[in-house]
Amino acid sequence: MSAVEALPEGAYEVHALGADLGYVVEPRAYLALAAMLRGSGFEMCIDLCGVDYLEHPGRETPAEIRATRFEVVVNLLSLSRRERARIRVQAGDETPMVDSLFSLYPGVEGFEREVFDLFGIQFENHPELTRILMPEEWEGHPLRKDYGLGRVPVQFKETAPQ
Amino acid sequence: MSPDVREVERLEPLIVGTSEGAQEMTSRATTSAAALGVETGSVLRLDGVTLDPNSLDIERPDDETMIVNMGPVHPSTHGVLRLMLELDGEVVLRSKTIIGYLHTGMEKTGENLSYVQGATNVTRMDYLAPILNELNYSLAVEKLLGIEVPERAIWIRMMMSELNRVSSHLIWMATNGMDIGSTSAMIYGFRERELILAFFEKTAGLRMNLNYVRPGGVAADLPDGWEDDIEAICENLERRLPEYDQLLTGQPIFRQRMEGVAVISAEEAMALGVTGPVLRSTGVAWDLRRTMPYLAYDQVDFDVIVGTYGDNFDRYAVRLYEMLESVRIVRQCLDRMPAGHYRSQDPKVTPPPRARIGASMEALIHHFKLFTEGFHVPRGEVYSAVESPRGELGCYLVSDDGPRPYRIHVRTPSFANLHALPLMLRGGTVADAVTVISTLDPVMGDVDR
Repeated sequence: MSAVEALPEGAYEVHALGADLGYVVEPRAYLALAAMLRGSGFEMCIDLCGVDYLEHPGRETPAEIRATRFEVVVNLLSLSRRERARIRVQAGDETPMVDSLFSLYPGVEGFEREVFDLFGIQFENHPELTRILMPEEWEGHPLRKDYGLGRVPVQFKETAPQ
Repeated sequence: MSPDVREVERLEPLIVGTSEGAQEMTSRATTSAAALGVETGSVLRLDGVTLDPNSLDIERPDDETMIVNMGPVHPSTHGVLRLMLELDGEVVLRSKTIIGYLHTGMEKTGENLSYVQGATNVTRMDYLAPILNELNYSLAVEKLLGIEVPERAIWIRMMMSELNRVSSHLIWMATNGMDIGSTSAMIYGFRERELILAFFEKTAGLRMNLNYVRPGGVAADLPDGWEDDIEAICENLERRLPEYDQLLTGQPIFRQRMEGVAVISAEEAMALGVTGPVLRSTGVAWDLRRTMPYLAYDQVDFDVIVGTYGDNFDRYAVRLYEMLESVRIVRQCLDRMPAGHYRSQDPKVTPPPRARIGASMEALIHHFKLFTEGFHVPRGEVYSAVESPRGELGCYLVSDDGPRPYRIHVRTPSFANLHALPLMLRGGTVADAVTVISTLDPVMGDVDR
């Protein structure tokens, strides 16, 4: 049961728990695969989020593909086929960057802004890539694993952690 | 002029900048074509058509329109939503939502809480549907753990989520009434919801943010005499809901405010990722309870309510009749509630019974380990979703074999639905904007997380 006849170069089918179809792809194959799935009946992009695998550099992926620090995870939904598909894009390490799905699924605009805001992953051809949840002048990307937990400054210096 | 009044030179300028910076709406001349497309809700013209800012069917030049702020604190924004509208007189030309005022970093917090504590975190996201949030999280954890939940726990979960759906829709009906000036609907909605919250308190100890559904089952069994309470709730709703139908549906002012306002088509809704009653109001019969059943929804009898036109009125009607369907499901749960355990008997996730903790050292250690360190969840990633009152509520969970989730992302329906606002507001009046936000039913805690 495959949704696309021939996978684009750089895309591999994997098992995905909670979805019928799973793919791990390189950024170059991402948009092409999404377009194929869109064409084969996946009408909705239900979710798009990022993951920072800083602590798991050598995690399991298909042999041909290199696992990168940042991953963009897209969950597609087909109403007609009653199926879900998950695409995991290996977005990169230092300057993660993937294509925007905006031209296929206009609804991801907000999700992509959120991923940019919280992970610092760039989306090419996004209409307006600005922060969405954090204030504009915020420094850093809070959901990265090397971004420390916040601490409220305390007025009583004796109780402040050293 | 009396000598007491003295004129003071104003020190600050009347207009001060805000810290939103690039997130704000800017004049048309300085906005890119694609962003203008988003702000005018040109969803279906994206394929191949380049949007020329000059060819948008906004005829007014920039200096004859004005950009107005609505919110972040406005009685109709259901929380802290800031809306920037470009207006031509009363008519909305384009709009932009600015969110994040309620962002508390719950996904980051979730990475630092154990799986046992996790439910207390997610339940605060959509504060009108706490049970559904917990359920969604628990189902994701259970999928990774690969454990089975006892039959009784499944049916309790189902009954509680349907009660929660009714209470959430009642709040929606109440606030929607408030937004269009019908204060009696407001009072009635809160009155009916109170009975359900009282039952929640009796069962779980709290009215909201219950932490009742947990990985492995539910926190406590139903209280003694729960059948009578449920019977009373159902009877009350079955009697009252048709009254509200009569009160609101039959009212000419209400209909004029709702009918034909803010129409969204099925294609547009799907392109934008809109789910829940808003999608169903366009005629798409997509309800996860029916199309991708979880819990025991494939064993109960209920109808999926769909609309036709996708306007405000259809969204209202879909929610009203969904409440009656939920009551139907609750009644079936009442009749068919199986006996047995209310939580998994797998010692890996479930603490020993209270009585044994006092008697057995091993039980005490077990209990202590479970609530300090927590249980380990096998390596893997999973997406699972439930139908919340607002649409598809999903949870993407990554585990690295530790006692805490490596990454927890909650796909909240309000966040996706909110991005349909520019499309629905466009061409309507400012007064209609209030009803559109209302029938979209966003919960800002759910949007910002």
